[in-house]
Formats: sequence, structure tokens, C-alpha cells
Amino acid sequence: MADTISVRVNGKPVSVPRGSTVAVAVLVAGATSRISVTGEPRGPFCGTGSCFECRVAIDGRLYRRGCMELCEPGMEITSHG
Amino acid sequence: MDNLTRLNFDVAVIGGGPAGIAAATVAAESGAATVLLDDSPAMGGQIWRSDLLAQHDVGRAQWMNRLRNSQVKRIPGAQVFHLDAKTIAAETGDAVFQVEYRRLILATGAREFFLPFPGWTLPNVVGAGGLQALIKSGFPITGKRVVIAGTGPLLMTVADFVRARGGNVLCVCEQTSWRKLALFALQLSVVPGKIQEASRLRRGIRRIPLWTNSWPLAAIGKDRVDTVKLSRGGRVFEVECDYLACGFHLVPNAELAAFMGCQLRDGFVEVDEYQRTTIRNVFCAGEPTGIGGVELALAEGQIAGYSASGQEGSSRQLFRQRAVHRRVVKPLRRAFQLRAELKALAQPETFVCRCEDVPLKSLREHNSWRAAKLHTRCGMGPCQGRVCGTAADFLFGWNMDSTRPPLFPVRCSSLAAISEDAALP
Repeated sequence: MADTISVRVNGKPVSVPRGSTVAVAVLVAGATSRISVTGEPRGPFCGTGSCFECRVAIDGRLYRRGCMELCEPGMEITSHG
Repeated sequence: MDNLTRLNFDVAVIGGGPAGIAAATVAAESGAATVLLDDSPAMGGQIWRSDLLAQHDVGRAQWMNRLRNSQVKRIPGAQVFHLDAKTIAAETGDAVFQVEYRRLILATGAREFFLPFPGWTLPNVVGAGGLQALIKSGFPITGKRVVIAGTGPLLMTVADFVRARGGNVLCVCEQTSWRKLALFALQLSVVPGKIQEASRLRRGIRRIPLWTNSWPLAAIGKDRVDTVKLSRGGRVFEVECDYLACGFHLVPNAELAAFMGCQLRDGFVEVDEYQRTTIRNVFCAGEPTGIGGVELALAEGQIAGYSASGQEGSSRQLFRQRAVHRRVVKPLRRAFQLRAELKALAQPETFVCRCEDVPLKSLREHNSWRAAKLHTRCGMGPCQGRVCGTAADFLFGWNMDSTRPPLFPVRCSSLAAISEDAALP
């Protein structure tokens, strides 16, 4: 089993295997990634960087694709940004 | 202002999947100064995506080692947002690159094809390959109930993968018929290794119901999917699940080639026997030239890499290998061609464009992709039509008529860094 690291999703601590993507942390936290222009909650969809549904704020950097970036210990992930 | 790094290479390869890795490695081994750019945090592309929990296959390990032992300059996490006849502009999380090249190899792979149906925007409805990618990236699927639906060999691969990780795959719904699947299996038998691969897969998923002539009608749930309504052989029924993984085979990532002005045919990049596109110093290898899988991508990648570094003799030695693996391309396309009934899945209120929430009924008022874009904002969100454009092509026969820069959403500071340098417009 891979060792785990801890990040925060909307302030809630979650633990994920080291090397996990940010999209995984969002899913593990039970969160959704964004609210669509008509107000629907959306979660990670294509998982491979095409659809942009998983975009979140990572340590204050806005509109980052969660499936394209790896979690770092202590990372602050904010969805619905 | 982000830091601009200027680089200069004989050969630049965009895309770090099997085709790109093979191309870059053999180009560097042939003495060409070579750079390999990929948008993911690690090289491997989709099929060789690194898996946090499992052993990787031998072929992947061999190529990864060969790449690491080569002189290839690797730049992961780099999103190409502009390119011209001699320069590539790309950004990473915190830097901007301007890469001058003499020969370019496009190995941009393919993405899943998604079809809109009611509820497909609900959380926990994910791509089939997308679910596999998320699990490889650390997402625990153990004990979760998963319905897999759509078309293509990837569905069975993902079913076996989810099962092996402790997920509970309730069924695989394949839109094509048993007859077409059987014919496909027969045609595969002429390609070395494929039948063994297929029968291993079949054994892995022998306890999972595989339903043909079957597709999702709707994903139902309040904040996330909890039930899938399916059509199977004309009968409708419902299955309760935690995740719906759907994918309707693959579409080539041909945007960069189209933007460069390379000739395309039916959405695929035209290449000659040396993998050269209609633009002299631009080569293309792997899925953008025809969906054919990893062995074909490796053969094409090596040929492109040798050709781009002036080793045409070495390229020719791989022609036979490529010809053998090209035999899967046509059977794949025929076996998993989408049936016309799937055009009726989306309902008037179903969003076709997920970025801008544009429903089908708004698109029906228009007669071209351009008109629909201008009037509804369909395809004008951050995915730039990579999801809805291919769906609109299937639903309405609309061609996405132009690819324009920036090729991906990009930071203003990256654009500023590049334009200040004035090498790119």
C-alpha cells in the first residue's frame, strides 16, 4: 500500500495515497468540483484533462484542472471557486 | 510575469504516450537533440498512465527505461497553447516555455468520445477511461457499484480493471451487436498477441454480465447518479449504482495538426509511409492517424522518430511491423461504429455543451457549428468543444471548422511573456 498524505478540500482534511491527483482528493472528500453556469454541481468527468469539469482552486491558483495536478502535503483545494 | 525559458531542439515531440515516447527516444538515440512535452504530471499518456498501486507491464517498463537512459529533454506538465512552423509555446504550473524546433512530431493521442444523454452531467457519471485514470491516480473504488456503458474494447478493459481493484461491476452495456463483436474477434486473430490478450480479458470479466445492443437512456439522481436507466435489446430497465462510467470509443486529438494546417481525412491526420504529414517538417504518430492501440503507436512513433532524425533506413525496417498492427484499425472502426439510435438519447433539455450548459433544443435552432457557437456559446467554454464538438458532429454532422489560438486556456501572464518576446503573434 502506498503511503498517504493529507490535504484539505474546502477546509476539510482528507488523506490520499501519495501521488494522487487533486481530482481524487475532491472525490475522496465527497465534494464536487464546480457549479455550472446554470447552478448544477459537477464532478470530475473525463479524468484526462479534456473536459475541464474538475477545475478547482489549488493553493489560491484558480481554474486548475484537478486531474492534471498531483496532491502535495498540506495543499489547500477549494472547489466551487 | 512568469519566467520565459527559451529552448532550441532538432526534434520536438508533443505527447508523451507510447507513440511520443518511442519517437523521442529513437530520435535522441539517432543523435538528434530532442525534447518531449506532455501535459500530464508524468510521461506515459493514457494507456501507460502510472498506477499508484499496481505493477506496470513489461513493454511499458522497457520503453520508460529506454527513454530515461536517452538524452531526451523531458518537460511534463506542459500544456501547448500555441505553435507555428518553428516554435512551440507551452506553459507549466509556474513557467512558460518557447521551444524552437526544426522537425515536429505530433503524438497527441486520443480522448474518449462522449455522447449526451439525460443526466450525463450528474456527479459520479464519469468517462470509462476516465474512471480507470482516476483509480490509477489513487481513487479507491473498492465496494462501489459501477455500471459501464458505451462502446469499444476499452469498456471491457475498464470492467476488468475495476473488478481487480475490488469494485462491483454490475454490467457492461455495449451498443454494438454480438455479431459485430464476434466478427471483430475473428479479425483480431490475424494480429499476433491480440487473441491471447482478448481471451485473458474475457476470463477476467467472465462473471460480469456483458450486454450487447445495450446503452444508457438516462442517469437518474438528485445530487449524484443513483440509478441508470438502460435499454437492452429494446427493453428498458433500471440498475442502481454508485458510478456510471461511460465512453463511446475514442476520438483523435487532431487539434494541433489541424491548427498547423496538416491535411486531415475524416478527422484523422494524413501521413505518408514515413509518418510525415502534408507539412514537410511535421510528423504524426499514434492514434491521430487512426485508432489502433499501443503496438501500432509504438511502430509509428519509432518510424516518425527515425524519419525526423534523418534515419529513413531504420524507419523502413519497421514498416512491416506497422503494417501488421494496422490491421486492427478498420475492424475496430467497423465493430464499434455508433448506431443511429444513439442520436435520439439527448432530450430537448439535455445539455450538449457542459461548459456553457447549452441544451439540445437551443442547438436545433441552428444549421452549423459556427452559427450554434455564435448564438448559444456552445463550444466556447474552457474545453473549447473537445467534448461537445465531437458530439455535435455525430448528432448534426457539423464540422468544427476552425482551431484558433490559444489552443488551450492559458494564463494571461504566459501570453504576455510570449508576445513580449514577439516570436509569436
